[in-house]
Amino acid sequence: MRRRMMLKRGAEVAAALAAAGLWPAGAHAAWAQQAFDAKGFAEALKALGARTPQESKDVTLTGPDIAENGAVVPVACACALPGVKRLVLLVDKNPNTLAAVFDVSDAIEPQFATRVKMAQTSNVYAVALMDDGQALFAQKEIKVTLGGCGG
Amino acid sequence: MADPMRIRAQAQGDKAVVRVLMSHEMETGQRKDSAGKTIPAWFIQEVTASLNGSPVLTAQWGTAVSKNPFMQFTIRGAKAGDKVSVSWVDNRGDKRTDEATVA
Amino acid sequence: MRRGLLVRSGAWAMATLLAGAAAQAQKNTADGIAEYRKMLEDGNPADLFEAKGEALWKQKRGPKNASLESCDLGKGPGVVKGAFVELPRYFADTAKVQDLESRLVSCMQALQGFDGAAIAGTPFGRGEQDNVTALATYVAAASRGLRFSLPQGHPEERRLYEVGKRVFYFRGGPYDFSCASCHGEDGKRIRLQDLPNLTKNPGDGVGFAAWPAYRVSNGQMWGMQLRLNDCYRQQRFPYPGFGSEVTVALGVYMGVNAKGAESIAPAIKR
Repeated sequence: MRRRMMLKRGAEVAAALAAAGLWPAGAHAAWAQQAFDAKGFAEALKALGARTPQESKDVTLTGPDIAENGAVVPVACACALPGVKRLVLLVDKNPNTLAAVFDVSDAIEPQFATRVKMAQTSNVYAVALMDDGQALFAQKEIKVTLGGCGG
Repeated sequence: MADPMRIRAQAQGDKAVVRVLMSHEMETGQRKDSAGKTIPAWFIQEVTASLNGSPVLTAQWGTAVSKNPFMQFTIRGAKAGDKVSVSWVDNRGDKRTDEATVA
Repeated sequence: MRRGLLVRSGAWAMATLLAGAAAQAQKNTADGIAEYRKMLEDGNPADLFEAKGEALWKQKRGPKNASLESCDLGKGPGVVKGAFVELPRYFADTAKVQDLESRLVSCMQALQGFDGAAIAGTPFGRGEQDNVTALATYVAAASRGLRFSLPQGHPEERRLYEVGKRVFYFRGGPYDFSCASCHGEDGKRIRLQDLPNLTKNPGDGVGFAAWPAYRVSNGQMWGMQLRLNDCYRQQRFPYPGFGSEVTVALGVYMGVNAKGAESIAPAIKR
């Protein structure tokens, strides 16, 4: 009975750690539910256990100025500094702000490209979570338009 | 099993640029069908990649990643002939692994 | 874009200034859209459908358990490269002009034993129709970069060109639209989409030369049959039947007009 309680407690703590994103990268991490449910830039980063982020020229976010369709918006994020633990992509005005989290290992460059959905014109953020605990970001406003007939 | 991914791995000096196209609906869970019922969320949650069997990348995705997702990343210390493997797991527990050789 | 304005000189100067500014703003947006499209070119999800189509071409399927590898798309049995830019064309074995999708269905029936009429009656995106789209994507991809050169040597090919032209200009439906209403002149657009003039060669990779295409707005792969089907929906016409003579005729008209244009199919679209 006690062992069962201890196991349950252990699982709860693990889940809390995982949800807060403090579970070590590389180990088979549970999906960061809380972070992915968060609304808004600040709340999503807090749920990932990040400190108050600072804007930095060493983080780059590339994307188009205007997206013909919000369903597919190409974005790329990178950090020029060493010691990057994670690169995170966020779309501020999306119903769920956090789009993707990439764990950076020594084996890969701290740069990723993907395509995200944008519900409307919004600021898009690339955040580098550093080994020393810093959070550095770059942002860009990407306009989303309503196109024509689809031809 | 889900449809195969398209993986292209191109050697560039001592690195390999890997581009992946995955076949997945990436349903957000916000849409409603013609009857007015919400279509449940169905999306890739975790992506991993390895070089010659050693893990190099882990990523967590939410519903905001586009349908038929595209991902590009760069592996250090890779050369032509190396094997790149990419795997994904979705929120239903479906998974897919595909492999490509660095060209 | 021309603007016919009859105003006095002072107001005229103001009007041209404003028109110039509006045109400038539009050009910047057009550049922005062009940049967005360029960013999507690498990693077109159409590649996924092309891969699926290639597998289907080679796989033994259907009641006859045969592959499509001896299907004649106009350049001889099994010849895939170059076939797309010569379709629609006349086929002696079916005694009619056929476009890519209807020809694929003929082969699926003749070689594999599928019921062609049933496939034609299946909604787009379902069952074997989905496979036809993937096959069309594969066949089109094999001609990427080649230039359109539809044959007009057979009397049926020439007849269908004329039929296609009449259909193109035929006005009807609740809005009295024809294809020409949107695609009959240079310089037309709907919101941010430029509308190609399909009465002549609209240029490389435009119009007939850009389908099949992956549409990012709905994540669907569209062949020319579905593209035409949706044009008719937008004109509030009844849907033409899959592979019907009307749709093949329009393909002949557009394809012959596009002679020399480079095919970029399968492309990526909004």
